[in-house]
Amino acid sequence: MAHSYTPGLKVLHESKVRKERILPLKGEVIVKADARVTPDDIVARTHLPGSVQMLNVGNLLNIDPTDVEAVMQKPIGSPFSKGELIAETKGIFGLFKSSVMSPVDCTLESISSITGQVVLRAAPIPVEIDAYINGAVAEIYPEEGVAIETEAAYIQGIFGIGGESRGELVVVTETREDELTADLIKPEHAGKVLVGGSFISLAAYKKALSLKVAGVVVGGFNYYDLEDILGYTLGVAITGSEDLITSLVLTEGFGEIRMGSRTFDLLKQHHGKFTSINGATQIRAGVIRPEIVIPLKPEDIKGDIHAIQINEGIQPGSLVRVIRAPYFGRIGTVVSLPSELQKMESETMVRVAEINIDDEVMVIPRANLEMVETD
Amino acid sequence: MTGEKLRTILATDCGSTTTKAILIELTDEGYRLKTRGEAPTTVEAPFEDVTKGVLNAIMEVEELSGLKILDGDQIIHPMKDDKTGVDVYVSTSSAGGGLQMMVAGVVKAMTGESAERAALGAGSIVMDVLASNDGRLPHQKIERIRQLRPDMILLSGGIDGGTVSHVVELAEILAAANPKPRLGQNYKLPVIYAGNIKAQDSIAKTLGEITDLDMIENIRPVLEYENLGPARDKIHDLFMEHVMAQAPGYKKLMTWTDAPIMPTPGAVGSLIEMVAKKENISVVGVDIGGATTDIFSVFQGQFNRTVSANLGMSYSVCNVLAEATLENVLRWVPIDIDEGTLTNRIGNKMIRPTTVPQSLEELIIEQAIAREALRLSFIQHKSFAVSLKGVQQERTISDAFDQSGSGETLVDMMDLDLLVGSGGVLSHAPRREQAMRMLIDAFVPEGITQLAVDSIFMMPQLGVMANIENEDMAESAREAAVEVFEKDCLIRLGTCIAPVGKPKPGSVILTAEFEIPGEAKKVVELRTGEIIVIPAPYQAIRAKLTPAKSMAIGKDKGESHETDIYGGTVGLIFDGRGRPFELSTEKSKRIENLNKWSKSTNEYPDAARGGA
Repeated sequence: MAHSYTPGLKVLHESKVRKERILPLKGEVIVKADARVTPDDIVARTHLPGSVQMLNVGNLLNIDPTDVEAVMQKPIGSPFSKGELIAETKGIFGLFKSSVMSPVDCTLESISSITGQVVLRAAPIPVEIDAYINGAVAEIYPEEGVAIETEAAYIQGIFGIGGESRGELVVVTETREDELTADLIKPEHAGKVLVGGSFISLAAYKKALSLKVAGVVVGGFNYYDLEDILGYTLGVAITGSEDLITSLVLTEGFGEIRMGSRTFDLLKQHHGKFTSINGATQIRAGVIRPEIVIPLKPEDIKGDIHAIQINEGIQPGSLVRVIRAPYFGRIGTVVSLPSELQKMESETMVRVAEINIDDEVMVIPRANLEMVETD
Repeated sequence: MTGEKLRTILATDCGSTTTKAILIELTDEGYRLKTRGEAPTTVEAPFEDVTKGVLNAIMEVEELSGLKILDGDQIIHPMKDDKTGVDVYVSTSSAGGGLQMMVAGVVKAMTGESAERAALGAGSIVMDVLASNDGRLPHQKIERIRQLRPDMILLSGGIDGGTVSHVVELAEILAAANPKPRLGQNYKLPVIYAGNIKAQDSIAKTLGEITDLDMIENIRPVLEYENLGPARDKIHDLFMEHVMAQAPGYKKLMTWTDAPIMPTPGAVGSLIEMVAKKENISVVGVDIGGATTDIFSVFQGQFNRTVSANLGMSYSVCNVLAEATLENVLRWVPIDIDEGTLTNRIGNKMIRPTTVPQSLEELIIEQAIAREALRLSFIQHKSFAVSLKGVQQERTISDAFDQSGSGETLVDMMDLDLLVGSGGVLSHAPRREQAMRMLIDAFVPEGITQLAVDSIFMMPQLGVMANIENEDMAESAREAAVEVFEKDCLIRLGTCIAPVGKPKPGSVILTAEFEIPGEAKKVVELRTGEIIVIPAPYQAIRAKLTPAKSMAIGKDKGESHETDIYGGTVGLIFDGRGRPFELSTEKSKRIENLNKWSKSTNEYPDAARGGA
C-alpha cells in the first residue's frame, strides 16, 4: 500500500504484514474469511469489459449514415461471430450487393445515424487475483477483494523492476560485499529468489533471466544498464508492470554498494524459506517501494510482532544510512541534531545531523539521511 | 479610503507535498507580506483530510504573526479586531496530482491545439490530445481513454456552422470508451463540449446520458479567432464541483474560502497575465519542480502555458538525462567525471528525491541538469506558443518571399522584458548569481531583459487573490496581489544585456555608458566571449548602449539605444557570448570558458575552479 513519503526502509525480523488484494473492477471474492491461502490461490475474480471495435458501415457500404440501421442484419445487443455478416445493402435487383463482416467475436453495441459508425464490443476479459503470500484471509471487501495477513520477516528495497514473484530464498554470496557474479547463478536456481551482496552486472542478470530465476535481491545495479533490460530509458521511477521472469530488488541503489548488514544477515537467516517479492516501485507522492516478504512458520515466531507503521523520524542514537554523495551508502549512528542551519561545502544552508561513521563524526544534511528501521 | 480596503488576507497553496500559507497586511507602505508558514500536505493516508495540513500551516502563521486566526478548526473571517481574524481567506490546490484532463478536437493543429491551450491555461495537465487526424485508429483511441482515466474531458471541433459528423464521431469514440473518472466511482465523468454549435443536439444524444455534459460557446467559432475564456471558466467551475469535491477534506475547505479554489498553475498563470497586462510588457515565467516544469508566457498580449510533464529535478531527473543526453548535461560541467558514476548518481537522486547537494561538485551537476531541463521545456513552450494555425492570410507578392505565416511562435526573445524563475533549484540556489546564470544559459535572452526569481514561491497565492470575483473585495485583493508581487515576491536579480549576432573574436561588441545614482559615470566595453557583471541596485539607471555594427540590442544592427536599465541583487550583466549562443565543442576551450564565466559572475567558490 502507498503511504506518505517518509525516508527510511524497513528491515523487520518479525512483523504482521497485511496485503490488500483488490480487483480493478467489482467482481466476486472466492475465499472465505480466516481461510489459509498459499501464494498461487485465486482469491477474487472479475471480467473487464471487452475491447471495442468501431466500423464505419456507412462509408464501407457507401450509404448515407441514416440508412445504416436498415441494412444491419441483427438489432443492437445481438452477438456476432468473427466473419459473420453484419450489414448488407439490397443491391440492384438483388445483384451488386455490398456487405460488411464482423472482424471479431462481439456484441453489437450501438449504431450512429450521424456518422454511420457501429460499435462492436468483444467478449469480456477475465481477471483473477492471487493471494501473493502465504497467510490467512483477514478481511473480506465484498465484491472488491480481500486482505491477507501473515507473520513475516519484511524487508523494503529502494528500487525494483518486475512485478510480484515468489520462490525459495537462496543466498548465493558469502558476504554482503561480494558481487553476485554470473558463475554463481546455476540451472538449479530456476524458480528461486537469489540474494547477492553488493552488485549484479547486466550479464549476470541476463543469465538469471535465461535460467528463469524468480527474483534477484542485491545491493546495487547500474542505472545505465536498465535500458538494456527495459528497452527504454527509465525517466521516472514507476515500475512493476514490466514483463520480466526475474524480478529485481535493489536494497541500496544504483552502482556497486554493499548490502546493509542487517538486511543481508536477515536474508541469510531465512536461507531456504519460501519468499514472496515484488519489484514494483513508485516514487511520487504516495510512495511504493519494492519488498521482500518471508512468511514465518509458527515455530519461528518469537511473539514480539510489530505492526508495520510509519517511522517517527531521526533521533540521537538512530541508525542511519547516508543516501547522497560524498558519503553515499555509509551507515552510522546519529550523535546530535543541531537546530541551527549550517553551511555545506556547496554553500547550501541546511539542517544537519552529526553522524558517527566508523568512529569518525561527520556533519551531513538531514535530508541526505535515511533511517534504517529495525526491530 | 483605508477603512474600505482589506486589511489582512490569508492565502494557502495546497501542494502535493507541502501546504504553504501566507499572511498579507495593509501597512503604511501598502500591502506587504507579513509572514508565512508551512506544513506537510495531508491529502493521503493516514490523515486523508487536506484541512489538517492547512490548519497546521495557519497555526505557524499565527505563532509568527501574533494574530489570532483560528477558533478551533474555523478560520475567523472577516477580522473582528486588530488582533483577531483575517478579512479574506483564499486557496489554491495541486494536491492529489492536480487537475488531469484529456482534450479532443477535429484537426489536431487547429481545434485540438485550441482545446489544449484552454486546458493548460486553466491550470490542468493535458494527458493526451485526441483528434480525428491524429493517426490512431478508433479502437486505439478508446484504449487510450480507458487507460488514462482523466478528471474531465474538453471536446471541441468544427467552426460554428461547419461539418457535424467529425466531432460527433469523436463523441461516439468517447461514448464507446465510457471512461470512469480518476477519483470516486460514484459520479459521472464531466465532459465540456466547446465545438460547432450545430452539433450540440447530436452530442447531447451521444454523451448526455453516460457523462455529466456541459455545453459552452465554441472555442474556435471561426478559424481566425480563439475563444478560450468560457472554456477556462467552465474548467475552473468543474474542478471545484467535481474533482476537488472528491478529494479528501476539500468539501470542508471549500466552505472556508471566500473565492473558489483554483488549480495552482492556473493561479500562477493568471497572475503573470495580469502583471504583463498592467505593465504592458512581455513576460516569461518558469516554475521548475521535482517532477514537472511549467512555463508561462505573455507575448503580444497573448498568454500561453505549457507543462513539461517529465522534466524535473528529482522524480523525473533521469528523464532530463534521457531527453537532453548526458553529453549535453556534461557540457555545463567544468570538471572531469566518470560517466558511469555520474549516471548512477543521477539515478540515485531519482529514487531518493528529497536529498540536497552537500558537495560543490554535486551542486554543479544539479545546476547543469537544471539548465538542460529549462532549455528543453522552453523549446516545447516555443513550439506551442504560436499564432493560430489554419488562418488564411492575404498575401502580396512580397509576402510570398517572407516565410512567416500562421503557426509561427509568438516567443520573441528580443521583445522579452521580464524573465521570472521559481522552483527550488532557482529560488534556493546558494548564490543568486547561480540562478541568474542558469536562467541566462537556458533561456538565452536577447537584447535587454530583466531577470528575477520568486523568493518563496507565493505566485499561486497571489494569483488566486487576483481572481477574487466578489465585488466588495476584488479591487483591493488585486491591488494587494500586484503590490506584494512587486515588493516581496520577486527578488530582482538585475538586467541581462546581450547583443545579438556572431561577433568576431577579441572585438568590442558593445559600449555601455551609464551612471548609477551616487556613483561616477561608467563606461563598459564588452568584448566577444566575455560576461561582465557590474553591481547595481534595483533602480532606474539611464544608460546609452551602443552595439558594434554587426551586432544588435534592439531591432536593428548597430543601432544605439538610450534607455532605463535596472540592477538587482546581482547587478547589470553584460553577456558578450553572442546570439545564437553555442558552447565550444573543443573540451579544453569549453572548460576554460566555463571557468572564466564562472569567475567573472562570481558563480561558484574558487575551489570549483581549482583555486583559480
